[in-house]
Amino acid sequence: MSKPLIGVILGAVLGVIDGLTAWFTPAVRNELFGIVIGSTIKGIIAGIAIGFFAKKFHSLPIGILFGVLVGAFLAWLVAFMQGGYYFEIILPGTLVGLIVGFATQKYGTPVEAN
Amino acid sequence: MRWLSDDKLNRLRSVVSEAEFSATKYTFVKELGRGGMGAVYLAEDRELDRLVAIKILNTPALTEDLGNRMIREAQIIAGLEHPGIVPVHDVGTLADGRIFYAMKYVRGSRLDEYAAQGASLRDRLRKFQSVCDAVAFAHAHGVIHRDLKPQNIMIGSFGEVLVLDWGVAKIRDDPRSSAVYQTGDGTVIGTRNYMSPEQARGENDQLDERADIYSLGAVLSFLLNDQPKVSKVANAIAAKAMASAKESRYTTASELSSDIARLLDAEPVSAYRENAFERVSRWVGKNRFLVLLVLAYLLMRIFLIFTSRS
Repeated sequence: MSKPLIGVILGAVLGVIDGLTAWFTPAVRNELFGIVIGSTIKGIIAGIAIGFFAKKFHSLPIGILFGVLVGAFLAWLVAFMQGGYYFEIILPGTLVGLIVGFATQKYGTPVEAN
Repeated sequence: MRWLSDDKLNRLRSVVSEAEFSATKYTFVKELGRGGMGAVYLAEDRELDRLVAIKILNTPALTEDLGNRMIREAQIIAGLEHPGIVPVHDVGTLADGRIFYAMKYVRGSRLDEYAAQGASLRDRLRKFQSVCDAVAFAHAHGVIHRDLKPQNIMIGSFGEVLVLDWGVAKIRDDPRSSAVYQTGDGTVIGTRNYMSPEQARGENDQLDERADIYSLGAVLSFLLNDQPKVSKVANAIAAKAMASAKESRYTTASELSSDIARLLDAEPVSAYRENAFERVSRWVGKNRFLVLLVLAYLLMRIFLIFTSRS
């Protein structure tokens, strides 16, 4: 499987899970659907960015670092737009970025040079 | 009657064991080893000024025809140009009529010595895989080794693996091959602990690649023997290679090599049918870091749920 495809799939799956966990926070339970959609889109965007980065740079530590930065930045953006829940959004978002960064470098098929 | 002193006796023994290379371009240096089929000597090639290993076969070429066949075989073996097969430089006849092969002198350790030095299971399997690849190459060129054992496998000083001693090899589909040693069915060729049942019964006409695969299984079994933690899968691979019925063994050495590669990569192997629990354990073992990351993520999620509630 190509690195961007792994990034997109993993980003989307983890994004959905990430969004669904909002159900455990009663204050935002009414907005669950919107949160899941937003979280999934965030995961897909992070997955695409991390996947294409992994396609370009074949290094596990750099891939993980990039994943952490992208995950943290996108999560911060969401928290900023929400105007709160910084810790609850940025921490999981960062970890999702780390996982996607690791998986794309480790399991993605490198593109063969022509 | 006068008794000879020990010193004189030892001197006589060493003179008798020295090979007579007078009719060749080689100078005897020392004996490297001795087996049932012959002895291997370290000698100096005076023309090229280098050391070579010379194997002298015990049986003389009784007739010109037999000698020619053996030389032809040596030519075929010399044609096996592979990084895992020790190259044959020269073949000839000594003054007493015995046939000799001159081979590259490999500096390093024999596989049994390498294992005794405490090589890890993973390293042993990697070396074994290289042996399988070399044997598969020979098989693809119609050559069956017939005497594969740890003592005939060298680990060179650069870590390279070399299969030695092709002196009793059989050329497939050639009924006249190695006639000096075969003398038809009934003559046992090889090393008892490493030979297939059909080889032990002396069914030389029936021998095919699967006889070597049995020997490879025995070599693998030797490598696994002193290891404290050997997986069921590794043992299953050795057992399949060493099946009594040759139909139950791996068909080719490449198949055996592929199973070793899959074992090293924690992939399922053809020799072992794993249950669901073993499949999951293998996957988790292979993807330990990813599993740890996902667990960390879930733990963090649980932590956040509890902190948000409190």
